[in-house]
Amino acid sequence: MKAIELIITLNPEVMEIAGRSIAISSFSTIIASLICIPVGGLIHFHEFCGKKTLIIIIQTFYSIPTVCVGLLVFLLLSRSGPLGMLGLLFTPAGMIVAQIILISPIMLGLSISAFRGVGRAVQDTAVSLGAARFQSLCTIIKEARYALVSAVILGFGRAVSEVGCAMIVGGNIRGFTRVLTTAIALETSIGNFELSIALGIILLCISFTVSLFLNKIQQV
Amino acid sequence: MNRKIKICTSIMIIGLLSSAAYSFMINREIIGGRETLILATTTSLYDTGLLEELELKFEEKYDVDLRIISVGTGIALSFAERGDVDVLIIHDRVREDKFVEEGYGINRRCIAYNYFLIVGHADDPANIKDLSPEDAFTKIMEEKSSFVSRGDNSGTHARERLIWKSSGYDYETIRKSGTWYVEAGSGMGATLTMASEKAAYTLVDIGTFLAYKYKLDLVSLVDEGDILLNVYAVIAVNPERHPHANIGMTNNFINFLMSNETQQMIGEYGVEKYKRPLFYPAANGKCEVIGCPTFEECAKPV
Repeated sequence: MKAIELIITLNPEVMEIAGRSIAISSFSTIIASLICIPVGGLIHFHEFCGKKTLIIIIQTFYSIPTVCVGLLVFLLLSRSGPLGMLGLLFTPAGMIVAQIILISPIMLGLSISAFRGVGRAVQDTAVSLGAARFQSLCTIIKEARYALVSAVILGFGRAVSEVGCAMIVGGNIRGFTRVLTTAIALETSIGNFELSIALGIILLCISFTVSLFLNKIQQV
Repeated sequence: MNRKIKICTSIMIIGLLSSAAYSFMINREIIGGRETLILATTTSLYDTGLLEELELKFEEKYDVDLRIISVGTGIALSFAERGDVDVLIIHDRVREDKFVEEGYGINRRCIAYNYFLIVGHADDPANIKDLSPEDAFTKIMEEKSSFVSRGDNSGTHARERLIWKSSGYDYETIRKSGTWYVEAGSGMGATLTMASEKAAYTLVDIGTFLAYKYKLDLVSLVDEGDILLNVYAVIAVNPERHPHANIGMTNNFINFLMSNETQQMIGEYGVEKYKRPLFYPAANGKCEVIGCPTFEECAKPV
């Protein structure tokens, strides 16, 4: 099968594309996690006016089409746009920004769910045992770990599999911004279906490896 | 186990952070990287693979990183108007002229040409084989024979609209006239596959048609007619409109495309594989064939 052939022969162009996919999506997921998990905690643990509405809005954005996010970021980063002077359009950095924006709603929403899943009793017990604020926060995060890591896996999955952002913000430039998903789209458009499917299988293998690795963190 | 994971994760994060720092510095030219040139081109040219060959030669000659973005003609023009690319190669004379007139582009040069084809199933239900393009479209319309359009504002789509107009039809009427006319809203590949599956007619440029890798149930039925001439031109983004546009390297690129060596390469591309050329050289005096008004427009290096 072509996929196995490509992996075994370590086809340099495919390796480069796969490496870029992993790097860009990993970056986006890590940065999005670092922002969304704390913010999710903040939202969950504080009562404020409009909290329910905020959560509903976050959940609405789970469904935002990737092309729309790509388009929005394009308009922001274009030379004719407000952040044009940063020169981020058609670069991997721009793609990372777009993917962070894309997966943030999911990571936020699922973080909030994760914290909600931790019983009130845990926080109360920690405090009653003399835990400082930061220590009780760590305890809660440890208890919510399974659901939080699920959120990270899902975030990575959405980032690594999306085409719309990567295509519009990255431009699918060979040797610079081409990733597995945009390569699949290109090869399909020129009728190279076998290669497209092979690349898809490689993407799934990457996803499997990431899932395996994160699963170890989940269980410990 | 816990410790091992912590170490693994730390190594991963350090690795990612260093590669980020490295790419950031290359991007900002803090450490040595090559000069870059961003080209937006049409999918019908890119998908034939010609540009990848030219890219290698050009990058070697000028020590530059040529970044090629392949999209529909309409999108390429939009990128250029916004100043997100340095140079364009497209194939829609009407929109190119407007682009230059409005001051967005300069140094337009014709670099290659080939022909569009009307293709369809070998059975040819509407009997259009060897008719003129306008007659063929008229017959397809009259017989309400299945036709798949790009429907995406690409160069190919613009040409299709022109042929309908030239045959005496109003395009909006065609769009509404029935389910025989299908707007794919897709690239050429998807459109060809759709036409093949539906045994329908469609308009395609010869380069993409020959280079398409999946087996199609389509044959060329109409390949002659002035209206089928498909000229590719390169245009530089005007630095007066967008000062950061890399006009110096763009001019090098235009001259490179017009050079005898490159023109020869363009003419020879694909001959071995497809037993016929996919493109004909257009610079340096081929103006009479392709209808550029003046010698300057066609052949003078920038």
